[in-house]
Amino acid sequence: MKFIATFILTILLGYIVYVLNDVLPWWTVAVAAFIAAAIVPLKPWASFLAGFLGVALLWWVLAAVIDNANAGVMAKRMAEVLPLEGNKMLLIIITGVVGGLVGGLAALTGSYTRKKAA
Amino acid sequence: MRILPFTICAILTTGLVVALNSKLGTVPPLGKMLSPSHGLWQNAEAADADFSLDIQSPYLKAPVEVYLDDRLVPHVFAQNDPDAYFAQGYLHAKFRLWQMQFQVLAAGGRLCEVLGEKVGDNSVLEKHDRKFRRMGMMLAAENSVKAMNEVPEDKAAMEAYAAGVNHYIHQLSPAQYPIEFKLLDYAPEEWTPFHSALFLKYMSYDLASDLDDFAMTNLRDHLGKEMFGKAFPAQADSLDPISPKGTMYNVQSPLPVKPANVDSLETAEPTGIAYEVDKPDPDNGSNNWVVGGSRTASGRPILCNDPHLGLNLPSLWFEIQLVTPEYNTYGVSFPGAPSVVIGFNDSIAWGVTNAMRDVMDFYEVKFRDSSMNEYLYNGEWVKTEWRTETIRIRGKADYIDKIPLTVWGPVMYDGTFQSELKNGKAYAIRWKAIDNSLELGAFKGLNRAKNYEDYLAAIRLFKCPGQNFVFASKTDTIAWWQQAKFPAKWRGQGDFVMPGWDSTFRWQGIIADDDNVHMKNPARGFVSSANQLPADSAYPFYLGGVHDVYRGVIINRLLGAKTGVTVDSMKQMQTDNYNIFAEMARTVLLNNVQENELSSAAKLLLDDYRRWNMRADANEKGMTIFYTWWNNFADTVWTDNITRKDGLPVPFPHDNTLLEGIIRDSAFVFVDNINTSAIETLPQMLTAALNKTAEDLKTAKDLSWSGYRNVRISHLLSGLPGFSRMHLPIGGGAKIINATKETHGPSWRVIVHMTDKTEAWGVYPGGQSGNPGSKYYDQFVDQWAKGEYNALWLMTANDKQSPKAKWKITFSKS
Repeated sequence: MKFIATFILTILLGYIVYVLNDVLPWWTVAVAAFIAAAIVPLKPWASFLAGFLGVALLWWVLAAVIDNANAGVMAKRMAEVLPLEGNKMLLIIITGVVGGLVGGLAALTGSYTRKKAA
Repeated sequence: MRILPFTICAILTTGLVVALNSKLGTVPPLGKMLSPSHGLWQNAEAADADFSLDIQSPYLKAPVEVYLDDRLVPHVFAQNDPDAYFAQGYLHAKFRLWQMQFQVLAAGGRLCEVLGEKVGDNSVLEKHDRKFRRMGMMLAAENSVKAMNEVPEDKAAMEAYAAGVNHYIHQLSPAQYPIEFKLLDYAPEEWTPFHSALFLKYMSYDLASDLDDFAMTNLRDHLGKEMFGKAFPAQADSLDPISPKGTMYNVQSPLPVKPANVDSLETAEPTGIAYEVDKPDPDNGSNNWVVGGSRTASGRPILCNDPHLGLNLPSLWFEIQLVTPEYNTYGVSFPGAPSVVIGFNDSIAWGVTNAMRDVMDFYEVKFRDSSMNEYLYNGEWVKTEWRTETIRIRGKADYIDKIPLTVWGPVMYDGTFQSELKNGKAYAIRWKAIDNSLELGAFKGLNRAKNYEDYLAAIRLFKCPGQNFVFASKTDTIAWWQQAKFPAKWRGQGDFVMPGWDSTFRWQGIIADDDNVHMKNPARGFVSSANQLPADSAYPFYLGGVHDVYRGVIINRLLGAKTGVTVDSMKQMQTDNYNIFAEMARTVLLNNVQENELSSAAKLLLDDYRRWNMRADANEKGMTIFYTWWNNFADTVWTDNITRKDGLPVPFPHDNTLLEGIIRDSAFVFVDNINTSAIETLPQMLTAALNKTAEDLKTAKDLSWSGYRNVRISHLLSGLPGFSRMHLPIGGGAKIINATKETHGPSWRVIVHMTDKTEAWGVYPGGQSGNPGSKYYDQFVDQWAKGEYNALWLMTANDKQSPKAKWKITFSKS
């Protein structure tokens, strides 16, 4: 339950960062994961996983939704620039993994603000 | 809190975030780049995006309405000029911000600010930034701003435009920056009239810089004067000048006097100018023509224009319609400057091609000593003035370039700037573009011109780069003027480096506007220009520069044979792939090739060549064979003659020189290979070249013309294949009306029919949006490749409810 709570809280806070992108820098998504992990008591490894999956899933979904509305124009081009041989699915996957790593590490840090996991 | 693991994890997290937030070498900041909230995903424009907007600014005097059609062309309805230019600035920024700013960084020698001192092994500082500063680009733009500030309407136009650009920039958050800013990790900067002036000067660099003086000097030294004259003759036999042969010229401007010592100095000119330089494409040129009412089906003129430039994405051009109570103008504009550059209004239409005249000369400067504080001029030591250019370099201290200024202009090359010249000598540049100028005034004047007199008054503000302005009015006046402030040169002046210590080598005057070559309502019923010489040698001023021969010949031949001209026949002509150079070469090639000496593969190629219709269509194999054969032939003829033992660079002679040489005389003096004891003959050389062609093409999978070459439109940042379009199925080429080469060609094809309600067609190889994440980014590329046109919608105030007006942007005073 607590895992789900951290996970969902990470997504919610991360989504707020997304919406407030005019004022918040991209890396405040790390703060979102940090806060979620600091509030909900979980074992460090579980916090990491919740933070990783929360941000990764959020970024996957956002990227996929944007890509769908964009009819794949940008992802296809960027997947050649970056270079991923034009594989836009790979670009979306990497997007989520990079976000997940940031979220996971931030959540791990957050979990250590508490004395001991429950 | 568990201090130790917390600290470790906090450091790791921070480190990861910092790494993902930083540009590492050429790798963009990956976290920022990939994040859906700030990165590339923010630039992925929804396919059904809504472009309607309400904008408020205290800058505006009255409301402006902008209607965007389904091709994203803005139709701007303003009450006055400054408001129209404010809106234009805003729209340019909205759709092309990165391009505008990057082009200005390039023009002003500021690329180091974003690219750093080096990209890979290439020194951006030496190869680009210092060169552009020392060529005088900043100086030229400063002079240009000064001149514009003296004309209140021009100043107001530039400021209103800048205010519009800045209004867009100010409301932009980093998440909304164009993708290239994110890839290179930098931010847009405030726009000023100076930026617009710099951009306009870049056109002079692209179209009116002639950096060949050094290589030409090397070759003359190598060949000797007589042989040099044969390799670079003054005029081609097949020339059909813009102003027809036989025209008499009664000029009023004083004729220049050739210095008495020019011949002795030329032969005494010291040699050894090592020189390797990026320079604009010599085929930067264009076609334009106007067919008068006597030759059209409607009885009204038809104007056609296709400027040939380097092809890039985002495109150099942005389509726009500007409507004010004074004028209603449609055409293409430069993102970076106000007004329409090539276009038409309710009364007239105009088009441009490049004049190709040489207005950039180099003078060797003798400094007294290494301090460069004094230089020799007419037997005396004259004090140098100094100009300081500060080049900001990303991640490094500024580079301060001290540039000596002489009576000629800036010293472009000296002991401190050796990236291109390696002989330690100093050369000053005399370039017309550095003088003050009012190009913007000319465009503004053309936008509102109602008749021939207005057109003439407008173009006379245009000082550099020299252009062939063609004109058509609804009242059936057609005209052409080759316009700029051209130096009055003696024959040969400025072809080679000149002595900077002798004032008799200066430009002695500027040709008066009235003496510029022109035609108005000629009896033949059309005017045309295609970068050929504007006049034959009867014109008393030296023209200089490198001029195409063949497009002018075929255009005049086709137009001379046409009556009942329609827009459709003009579309066909503008995209015509007939190769007149191949036609002229055919007989001499077939008469001299020795079939019995050909390899079996070469024989097959010869059969294909014989069957070829001399068209450079995308599917033609014959064009590939001819092109490769001719180039192999030209290489073997010239290389032995022009190559210097010391390896110093020399110019490659023009194709028309070789073709006319072998047509006139099969024993053309350069045909023999001087490195062998035998005397090679024309048949031997042509046969060997075809055998080599068979070898060269042996491994080619696809011999069709479009398969053999790779016509592509590259993103301005080279090396971004994803943002470029490659392998376009299109024919054409150099010396052909459809002048599409691999990375260069017709950048805007337009046809304007001067009927009561103007009928116009146009297409450029790009799209209105500069955002690679938009479906409008390359919207017209495939159409352009197929030779198709868009109907240009000259919207009127009555059309505001039309379904074609898809989106509306309103600007109002706040």
